[in-house]
Amino acid sequence: MASISKVRKTREAKPYIHPYLGGFLLGLVLFLAFLLTGNGLGASGAMSRLTVFVEDQIAPQHVDRTPYLLKMAGGDKNPLDDWIVPIFFGALLGGAVSGWLNGRLKIEINKGPRISNRTRLLLAFLGGMIMVYGARMARGCTSGQALSGGATLAAGSWALMFAIFGGAYALAYFVRKLWN
Amino acid sequence: MPVFPLKAFQQVSSANPWTYLVFGLIGFAFGFVLESSGFGNSRKLAAQFYFKDLTVLKVMFGAIVTAMVLLFTASGMGILDFNQVWVNPTYLWSGILGGLIMGIGFIIGGFCPGTSVVATATGKLDGLFFLLGGFFGAFLFGETEKYFDQWWNTSGYYGRLLLPEVFGLPTGVVVMLIVLMALFMFWGAEQLERIFGQRDLSREPKMRMVGALFLLVFAALTIVLGQPSLEEKYARIAPQKEPLLQSREVYVSPAEVFHTIHKQYIRLVLLDVRPEVQYNLYHIRGAENVPLEQIPAYIRKLLAYPPSNTVYVVISNDEKLSTQAWKMLVAGGVPNVYILEGGLNNWLAVFGKDDPQIKALSVSTSAEEELRYLFPAALGDRYQSAAPSPMKYEELEYEEKIKLELKRDKSGGGCG
Repeated sequence: MASISKVRKTREAKPYIHPYLGGFLLGLVLFLAFLLTGNGLGASGAMSRLTVFVEDQIAPQHVDRTPYLLKMAGGDKNPLDDWIVPIFFGALLGGAVSGWLNGRLKIEINKGPRISNRTRLLLAFLGGMIMVYGARMARGCTSGQALSGGATLAAGSWALMFAIFGGAYALAYFVRKLWN
Repeated sequence: MPVFPLKAFQQVSSANPWTYLVFGLIGFAFGFVLESSGFGNSRKLAAQFYFKDLTVLKVMFGAIVTAMVLLFTASGMGILDFNQVWVNPTYLWSGILGGLIMGIGFIIGGFCPGTSVVATATGKLDGLFFLLGGFFGAFLFGETEKYFDQWWNTSGYYGRLLLPEVFGLPTGVVVMLIVLMALFMFWGAEQLERIFGQRDLSREPKMRMVGALFLLVFAALTIVLGQPSLEEKYARIAPQKEPLLQSREVYVSPAEVFHTIHKQYIRLVLLDVRPEVQYNLYHIRGAENVPLEQIPAYIRKLLAYPPSNTVYVVISNDEKLSTQAWKMLVAGGVPNVYILEGGLNNWLAVFGKDDPQIKALSVSTSAEEELRYLFPAALGDRYQSAAPSPMKYEELEYEEKIKLELKRDKSGGGCG
């Protein structure tokens, strides 16, 4: 046991890459996605499809009667049969491998110093719920709309991108205790 | 001929399971870069909104401008057919409201959906809780969408609307303006980090200047190259498409068009590309008037939401105008486009014989692309021959040329 903790101690987390390099690499991935497949990147769409998949297992009739759900999973349709689902699982794996290579694979909770773990987890859940509700409303999140739509000069995606930053900055001051 | 995007990768389905691998690899690279940039750490993400660490802005705009200059350079060079690239359709109001809600979720939860995925993957419990909350949010949206279905599907809908159209500027100029804006924002972000985050700018890598130069050079290249017009696009695909005209495969007889109108499984769109005055004089019932000069705008409309099971037949008086229109539509990436063989003159030769109101002129007196018939008044489609009786012509024989080629359903694009 002692030897394991020793190994862990010596494996310091490596610093993150420079933001501009990160931006360049992310842009390259996005460009290659468009070049090869004609589609960009995304995340919230997969979350929606996974949710509908579970709903379809439990209450298929309900799915067939709800307009938004039936488009994805009505009748024989498999909601997981979409490009965004392999992107989601690929991203999960890619994130894990990057974290593992750089010594950042660690069970922890990142939060501001003034709040408890419980508050942080509760707010993370709440934030996720609000975020993805908004992402479905906007037909895409920061990846599917802001990044992909931004790069293809989609007018609506640019409006939405400024709305995301606007919403976050407008509220940031009032929740400053959460993060500082 | 633009090779990209590759046709084989445009549709993921269980029919070709290996396409899952391609998207899986793209996703892998996506997750890898997000994690490497520090997007698995909620504190780093939230710091964006207190001006201490503007990594989010730098990475996001860096990625957007990098992908943008590469995309439009590739399109300008003719490597990539931009019409085949998914562009998020604009739903202005639901987009803005959704964006504001997302901003609130971002600052409370500390992630966005993509970043919560890599946070979860690296063992961050707050990322996992965000992800779980996200699933619940997706569930809630699915359950509540029916209460504002109408608004959500129509409000502020502009289809495939691009910024160059909004501003009335050439694409290259908009690309350059966005690059300049991004560089200005990067500069501003560094100043903010210096003030609020006590960052020492002298230790920033000099390489970033090279990166800025690279962006400017590429943006200038998109201005110089421009974006291909429909004519230029057609010139590039001409070697593949000209044989279709020469072999007359795409010229369909009036009899086939007439029969296709009555087929249940094909949605037939008749595009009358003549000037409006001629259309008003006489046209086939149900034909849409899209004069030649309006075709580029019409293509944009089709790209936003390509209707499924649709076959287009272009119509003019003879074949000259309609063939021109066919080239534009094909260059614009519209599938299943055909031409009415012999134009309306041929249509009238088949169906006009018994129309008591129409008189044939002698062939020698009329020029090309002119109707060789005399009409008593501009009745439009209220002539007998404009909607021939299905009973009477049921037995009419023809060579079947129309083939319905199914294209991918683009409604699954964007964020799904």
